[in-house]
Amino acid sequence: MRILIVGGGMGGTILANNLARRLKSEIRHGKAAITMLSASDRHMYQPGLLYTCVGRMAPDELYRDQANLLEPEIEFHVDPVEEFNLDANSVKSRSGKSYGYDSLVIATGSRAMPETIPGLAENSVNCYTEQNALDMWRQVKNFKGGKVGIVVGVPHKCPMIPLEITFVLHDYFAAKGIADKTEFHYTYPIGRLHSLENVGKWAEGEFAKMGIKTKTLFNIKNVEGNGKIVHSEEGESIQCDLLISVPPHKGMEVIEKNGLGKGGFIPTDRHSLRMEGRDNVYVIGDTTNLPISKAGSTAHFEAEALGENLAAIVKFGEPVRDYDGKVFCFIEAGKDRATYAMFDYGHPPAPKAPNKAVHWFKMAYNQFYWASARGLL
Amino acid sequence: MGEPKIIDARGTYCPGPLMELIANIKQADIGDELEVLSTDEGSAKDIPEWIRKVGHELVGTRQVENVWHVVIRKAK
Repeated sequence: MRILIVGGGMGGTILANNLARRLKSEIRHGKAAITMLSASDRHMYQPGLLYTCVGRMAPDELYRDQANLLEPEIEFHVDPVEEFNLDANSVKSRSGKSYGYDSLVIATGSRAMPETIPGLAENSVNCYTEQNALDMWRQVKNFKGGKVGIVVGVPHKCPMIPLEITFVLHDYFAAKGIADKTEFHYTYPIGRLHSLENVGKWAEGEFAKMGIKTKTLFNIKNVEGNGKIVHSEEGESIQCDLLISVPPHKGMEVIEKNGLGKGGFIPTDRHSLRMEGRDNVYVIGDTTNLPISKAGSTAHFEAEALGENLAAIVKFGEPVRDYDGKVFCFIEAGKDRATYAMFDYGHPPAPKAPNKAVHWFKMAYNQFYWASARGLL
Repeated sequence: MGEPKIIDARGTYCPGPLMELIANIKQADIGDELEVLSTDEGSAKDIPEWIRKVGHELVGTRQVENVWHVVIRKAK
């Protein structure tokens, strides 16, 4: 069976390594083959950008060489896909080559698109790419006090970022000695401070202690550059001196261009992870249209379930289990404390109070991640 | 008028039914109907509250066993 994985991010890499370990014998005997196509020769640890934007993680610490992360059985090419020919079970890449497959996995991720909201890109900073995180770091370190606005677009990856960026910046400005000159205005698109109800309730208490002002049911409509005034779809406005955005995201352009999914998100079965209408095409990570968190852990757990299933199809002819919707998100809560939210389709999250032990575990995980990417954790 | 676009947010907690609606309504055309399926009772109140505030149309709400169906028409 030829397994083609499109996308070398967290989901694609963990899946490829997971499969390579499970199918070593089949690959050696020519019964299976794994090929990965990626747009980059580097693998980025995206959660590290939260630290880069406050100067705590240098950009070079975010990357590893992609080929070095992969098991030797995986055929890897830096040759992004430009055309999907699903009826012919093949894709065409930028170099002009066609790659055929028996099973295709699309794991192309998502991208922050502040430019889709008038005035947002030019008047705000965010931490979703290396360049954006560095631009944010420069503005943050030169900030002398004033109003800091946090605005959130939908959908976005890393659902904890709105809270985390608030706590991290609050700590940063306190350490700089300008906490008394800084006023935070946190906004959120729905009627509470976070999509997870008990996380939102916990955040209310934390924000009240920190004097952070909040506005809920606030969906960004446009930003006026003169005075950084953010207007919402609901008819409200906030003015700020430093505007931090969590921009709305889209899937990759190649997905939309090939008509695979509106907004670049592919309709996907929530249990089998099959693309709707296709028996041999699977989707994992941010690329799905599933109503679950766009988070690294989602990609990780999906990759594990799909790895088990694809290996079982090779060995036994059929899949063995469903993806259960599992997600695990750390929440950095400031002052060297953290907690986490863990949930699946059947069990809501019940996060505990943040503590230092979980924060230090998160710090350790920032390094353990590379073992996860190799499919070892 | 075609069938409403179904947003099946049953058994999901994050981002949750209202945020799924907000993400999907952006991609819809004016006049399109969207139907949110949710096992979260709060959605039956949260979604109409947001629809009213933003100026879309609430077509109807019904409960079938433990699933709430909220139908919205994009008005602008």
